[in-house]
Amino acid sequence: MGNVRFIILKEIRHILRDPRSLFIAILMPIMMTFLYGYAINLDIKNIRLAVLDYDQTSASRELVGRFYHSGYFAASLAPADMADPEAVLKRGDAHAVMIIRGGFAEALRGAAPYQLGLLLDGADANMSAAAASYSNVIIQRYLGESPGVGAAGRGVALSQRVLYNPDLKSSHFLVPGLIAIILMMISALLTSVTIAREKETGTMEQLLTAPVGPFQVILGKVIPYVGLALLDGVLVLSVGVLHFGVPLIGSSLLLLFFGLIYIIAALSLGVLISTLARTQQVAMMAALVATVLPSVMLSGFIFEIRNMPALLRFITMLVPARYFLLIMRGVMLKGSGLAVLWPQAAALVALTTLLLVAAVKRFRIRIG
Amino acid sequence: MMDYAVVIDGLSKKFGAFAAVDGISLKVEYGEIFGFLGANGAGKTTAIRMLCGLLQPTSGTGTVNGFDINREYEKIKPSIGYMSQKFSLYGDLTGRENLQFYGTVYGLRGGRLKGRIAELVDGLSLDEFIDRPTGALPVGWRQRIALAAAILHRPRIVFLDEPTGGVDPVFRRRFWEILYRLADDGTNLFVTTHYMDEAEFCSRISIMHRGKIVVVGRPRELVASRGLRNLQETFISLISEQGTDG
Repeated sequence: MGNVRFIILKEIRHILRDPRSLFIAILMPIMMTFLYGYAINLDIKNIRLAVLDYDQTSASRELVGRFYHSGYFAASLAPADMADPEAVLKRGDAHAVMIIRGGFAEALRGAAPYQLGLLLDGADANMSAAAASYSNVIIQRYLGESPGVGAAGRGVALSQRVLYNPDLKSSHFLVPGLIAIILMMISALLTSVTIAREKETGTMEQLLTAPVGPFQVILGKVIPYVGLALLDGVLVLSVGVLHFGVPLIGSSLLLLFFGLIYIIAALSLGVLISTLARTQQVAMMAALVATVLPSVMLSGFIFEIRNMPALLRFITMLVPARYFLLIMRGVMLKGSGLAVLWPQAAALVALTTLLLVAAVKRFRIRIG
Repeated sequence: MMDYAVVIDGLSKKFGAFAAVDGISLKVEYGEIFGFLGANGAGKTTAIRMLCGLLQPTSGTGTVNGFDINREYEKIKPSIGYMSQKFSLYGDLTGRENLQFYGTVYGLRGGRLKGRIAELVDGLSLDEFIDRPTGALPVGWRQRIALAAAILHRPRIVFLDEPTGGVDPVFRRRFWEILYRLADDGTNLFVTTHYMDEAEFCSRISIMHRGKIVVVGRPRELVASRGLRNLQETFISLISEQGTDG
């Protein structure tokens, strides 16, 4: 194993000799975090809301004011009327219509049952789901904070409570996922390209006529990138926590530990890809497709795994990001430890082992 | 068997239905510069790759430096040097860094490594360009550094696959002078080429055609046995006997 050290040193030399690539490897993840952090903003804002206020009391005006000052709702320019409140939705002049029938102020003080009406444009499912949750939060807070609201009046509100992300900030939800995607992409990309480069230029052949085994070559080439990927992980996490204000409640050490296992899975995937690709370009494309697509689509990052068809659900079990995402969210947002996250941790370790063994086997066969 | 540098018997390599090397047999004694001739695609490189332990033969047996090529290829590796057709040192590293890296891989350390590199820089006249990144050097210079890397650990046999491809005649001449000196120092050379003038420098040659060895012998004797003027004509006449598409 003594030769591994020299291959590592050589690889570090390659990395340092090419400052442009190093710069990209470090800067790209940070830029992606900023870009995605802002661009994939699931916080839906400026939901156009039309209000039909038939109560016309200070209480109802206060409620309407809270909606418009929340930052999530904007006034619909077209007026709605009671005869056909749906018309503004149909025309697309508003995303939601709130109907406050007469008797709202009394209902707050008394015990009479009262229902606030909210019509939502279901054609834009994301928008209406967001509008529904925002409305709940706003009404809840209004009822909780308004003086003179009786205990009975609170029964009016819908009882929904948002856990862990009470402000419903999507950045809290997204940044852990972004870290999973970026780490997977960078690690797999860098290793598959560095190995493909040695194959393409013929240096791999030269190296293998020397007394070094394939395993030593992989190990020597991959170890420097473990360090680089870990650095990227820490940088992206720092941007998430310091810039986007994502909480880091749980143990950073636990996060680092699973980050390392996840990186090994990604690097193994990179080695596997490099055994299939003959050139750096093919390796690069294959690494992007094989890591970014599943990590975005099939990890639960954007689409709920529960709602997928059975076949896709099965495939998600082979996506390392699926487990790492839950670990990240658990540790960062909920402060969970191994007691809660052990099923994901076990699955991630198993999957990583599988990928690592496959990578070493495949690499050996290629050379044999 | 230990008297032979290379012994192969019925060696074949098939890629699917295509036999790149088709049952070749050969014995090469220590002390020879052995020329491995053939047109492009004749199977020379595939044969060399099997001898260096880079490819597993489909069938057949053989030894290199007395080690079995099917089972003991890990033992063969430290005892041979290999210089491939394509320049295969790291272009972003300098010549010296390349030599240092390969030296350590072959187990040379510290003062011994430094001394050996200095010896090669001197012997192969590399001092002018040894500290420049190899990727930017002219082909002839690169090939000399590649040769230095292949003989760094003083292997008993050096396999050279088209070492002078793409090099101008002056460089080729100087390269062969170096090879001659190496051979004089007791290193065995196994060279593939398709330059006939180079083949005449070899003590013995074999001519390969479509995966098979057509003939083995001393260059002069081969020319004489055919009654032709030179090796070029001999080569062409031998190949055209084998088939029209040679």
